[in-house]
Amino acid sequence: MKDTDVRQGTLALMVLKTLDVLGPLHGYGIARRIEQISGDLLTVNQGTLYPVLLKLEQEGSIASEWGASDNNRKARFYKLTRQGRKQLQTEARRWEQTAAIIERFFAAKVQDLK
Amino acid sequence: MKALRRFFQRLISWTTSAREEEILRTEIEDHIARQTADNLRTGMTAIEARRQALLKFGNVDAIKEGYRDQRGLPFIETLLRDTRHALRRLRRTPAFTAAVLLTLALGIGANTAIFGVIDSILIRPLAYPNAEALVGIWHTSSGRPGSDGIESCSPSMYFTYREQNRTFQQFGLWNSGGANVTGVEVPEVLRALFVTYGVLDALDVKPLLGRWFSPAEDTPGSPETVILTYGYWQRRFNGDRSILGRAMTINATPRTVIGVMPQEFRFQRDPELILPARFDRSEVNLGTFAYRGVARLKPGVTIAQANADLARLLEIWLHAWPPPPGFERAGFQDFRFGPKVQPLKQEIVGDAGTALWVVMGTLGLVLLIVCANVANLFLVRMDTRRQELAIRAALGAGWRRITQEMLVECMTLGVLGGTLGLGLAYTALQILVAKGPDTLPRLHEVAIDPSVLAFALGISVLSGALFGLITVVKYADARVAATLGAGRTIGPSREHHRARNTLVVVQVALALVLLVGAGLMIRTFQQLRGVQPGFTHPEEIQIVHSSIPQAFEAGKIANDPVRVMRMWNEIRDKLAALPGVTSVGFSGGPAPLEPAVLGFRNFQRLYAEDKTLPSGQASPEHRLIAPGFFITMGTRLIAGRDFTWADLYEQRHVAIVSENLAREWWNDPRAALGKRVRESSLAPWREVVGVVENVHDNGMHVKAPGFAYLPALMDRYLVFDHQYVTRAGAFVIRSNRAGTEGLLKEVQQAIWSVNGRQPVFFVNTLDTLYDRSMAQTSFTLVMLAIAGGMALLLGIVGIYGVIAYVVSQKTREIGIRIALGAQRAVVSQAFVRQGLLLAGAGVALGLAAAAGLTQLMSSLLFGVTALDPLTYTVVAALLLVVSVLASYLPARRAMMVEPVSALRGE
Repeated sequence: MKDTDVRQGTLALMVLKTLDVLGPLHGYGIARRIEQISGDLLTVNQGTLYPVLLKLEQEGSIASEWGASDNNRKARFYKLTRQGRKQLQTEARRWEQTAAIIERFFAAKVQDLK
Repeated sequence: MKALRRFFQRLISWTTSAREEEILRTEIEDHIARQTADNLRTGMTAIEARRQALLKFGNVDAIKEGYRDQRGLPFIETLLRDTRHALRRLRRTPAFTAAVLLTLALGIGANTAIFGVIDSILIRPLAYPNAEALVGIWHTSSGRPGSDGIESCSPSMYFTYREQNRTFQQFGLWNSGGANVTGVEVPEVLRALFVTYGVLDALDVKPLLGRWFSPAEDTPGSPETVILTYGYWQRRFNGDRSILGRAMTINATPRTVIGVMPQEFRFQRDPELILPARFDRSEVNLGTFAYRGVARLKPGVTIAQANADLARLLEIWLHAWPPPPGFERAGFQDFRFGPKVQPLKQEIVGDAGTALWVVMGTLGLVLLIVCANVANLFLVRMDTRRQELAIRAALGAGWRRITQEMLVECMTLGVLGGTLGLGLAYTALQILVAKGPDTLPRLHEVAIDPSVLAFALGISVLSGALFGLITVVKYADARVAATLGAGRTIGPSREHHRARNTLVVVQVALALVLLVGAGLMIRTFQQLRGVQPGFTHPEEIQIVHSSIPQAFEAGKIANDPVRVMRMWNEIRDKLAALPGVTSVGFSGGPAPLEPAVLGFRNFQRLYAEDKTLPSGQASPEHRLIAPGFFITMGTRLIAGRDFTWADLYEQRHVAIVSENLAREWWNDPRAALGKRVRESSLAPWREVVGVVENVHDNGMHVKAPGFAYLPALMDRYLVFDHQYVTRAGAFVIRSNRAGTEGLLKEVQQAIWSVNGRQPVFFVNTLDTLYDRSMAQTSFTLVMLAIAGGMALLLGIVGIYGVIAYVVSQKTREIGIRIALGAQRAVVSQAFVRQGLLLAGAGVALGLAAAAGLTQLMSSLLFGVTALDPLTYTVVAALLLVVSVLASYLPARRAMMVEPVSALRGE
């Protein structure tokens, strides 16, 4: 698995979670939110978000529509679909499992592995 | 599932990409504007805020690129882009493109056309519903002397088979012949199909109007009826739909039209009328094998089961019917009849298959040569593009990317060439259907259908891939990147040379195979032409058929054979008096050579008083003639005399035999005179009064049949115990005006001045029949000659190309050598030698291949073996001479090189 795939996968999960928590949001909003929470993961290239959004939309996990946002600017709003919500749940569970396993591995002391 | 959904999304956005691009741009714009606004709020200056926003967003173009990769279908987009580039490059080198397209179009077109023919004739099922269940009913007769062991059906078999078979759904007998249509302005003889009940039912093609024959119409004495076919109905009645119930006079009998067959109805010899064949149960016997059987097998019944069923029926048949007059039942038992059921398609297609497959094979070889040639052109082109490719490789273009591009270019050429080729094939097939040999069965069904289109596309792509792969493989060998540093004066790599040389050798070898094939056909044709046909100057002989139907205007001619003969005599005299006519003869039945062309077969016998016919020997045929026939035909009289009119009118028992028959029976033509022969055991013995030259009545490619000639008027003939006269026959007219419209008009008027309502038909010159009897040979010959010619041309182009290229690459070297004092002639000789070496290798390879491959066509040859030394020598010499010429032309350029300009040129 290439580095970008991992990053894209993580990014996709973050997008789904963000939309789950905050409801419909435009691209900039999603980027800001992820940035706020994740610190520096997205500070380099906010733009990489857009291919991920496209992929999620093609897969049917999110849907988009044009709407007016604050100060009357036209923006494309993304929202979670039912399928996306389901995907988020399975992905989150898988992520927790993986994290738990990794955590246990790192926590293990030399004696435990003998 | 997710992947599939994504693919469709991609497909959709690929088609709507312009709009999507716009949306992405707005979205990015919006994003950056928001970031800028936020930055402003934190107190940055306007410019700084915008700059920071852009920085944070990242490389807009890279993001867009990534977005596009996600969105559309990059593979197809690259493919389209490569195709566009390929087209652009091809447009830039019109000469190269035209050369490649033309050769490809020829190769693919020729193959597509012949595949179209093979597809319609050999592959596609016959044009009947469930045609695979249709079978032809034949018999073997291992014990019958003089036949080739294959027999058709006799009327008595119709009754036995029809009533007692267990394997046929439908069964009937048919034969074909002419039918006189009279009582109209222009009396005609039409091609008629005579069928018993069951034939149309077996074929199962529903009539367009009316109905088929019913079982009742099988019985003699029931109302006389006729069914028209579409073509005749259109031609004669302009497609009048109220035709049913109309009366027509056919063979002097009034008949009611009961049906019209649809346009798609096809049958052998393309009938115009369908008449019922009726057998009188009380009169039929074991004999008269004049009908062909057709049956539709019950579902699930195999040919083997049908054969077993027929074997059982033959045993019943042999004892159920009386032998014909003059024959013993034991004689029929000795014939040892056996069943031979075969698919109807096989019966119709016959032996046309071999010739067609041979032609297809040769054209396939031509396509290989075409591919080799195009690959060669491509290799040359690659050399000129080496610098460009090397630079691109250095700039990071992947090997896969570049080869894909080359393959796309080759495929594009292949498909373009194929499209042109399809056009050529279409034209060729139009011409073929119009002018093709009518010995080719199902010719009118030939057309371009989806499977032919698929074939054309398939071979286009395949040939593209073939020469593409050759190019790519050689290109990969050449290590383009390594040549970047080298200057242009360095020649192409050794591997390139070897590749091109190999291709040229293969081309020459294939060309030799094809030329040998064509050469063998030419020799066959020569041999056929060399056969002494038994007549002279056939182009001066006009054949005109006519008939005086029995019971024609009852009372007037009164069915009196002598009066009929006097009418023939009177017509003959009138014809002989026409301007430009030197002599006129008359013969009953089909004219000479018509059996070969129209596929009649005679089942006649002849007995000699002092001989018992050994079994297993060809039975002599016979023909009824009037005096003057031999003189008109140019058939030499070897001993004795011709018939006289007195022989006919006095009904003397005389006969004339052919030379081969006389030699076979009596060892010497003279010895035959005075011997006595007869055509059946009920006929009187006839004294042989003359011996004539052999006539190749069944075609030039078979031995001339043993022949007896009998007078056209006799007191008894065959089994008839009364006077007999031939009522249908052909006039042969020798005239320098043969074949002209004017003569035909005068002939028609002369005949009608004697008998105003007598049909005149099948007008041909003997020469036309002579040509048509060799139609299959000349068809194969022309096709192979075209293929061989194309191969030769491509081979020459190949050699010329290689030598010319080598010369142009070595201009500098030649310049130096000439400057150092080399003889110009010596320099050019070196190039000619190189060309000759290539050709020599090709010829050697080709000779070996030809010796093997021509065995496949040995059944098409006549008078030469597949290893005919003359053909091989001439073809090999021709190729070598032509190769010398092809290399001499460019080599001469080397001789002309001016040292100074050659050295300065780079």
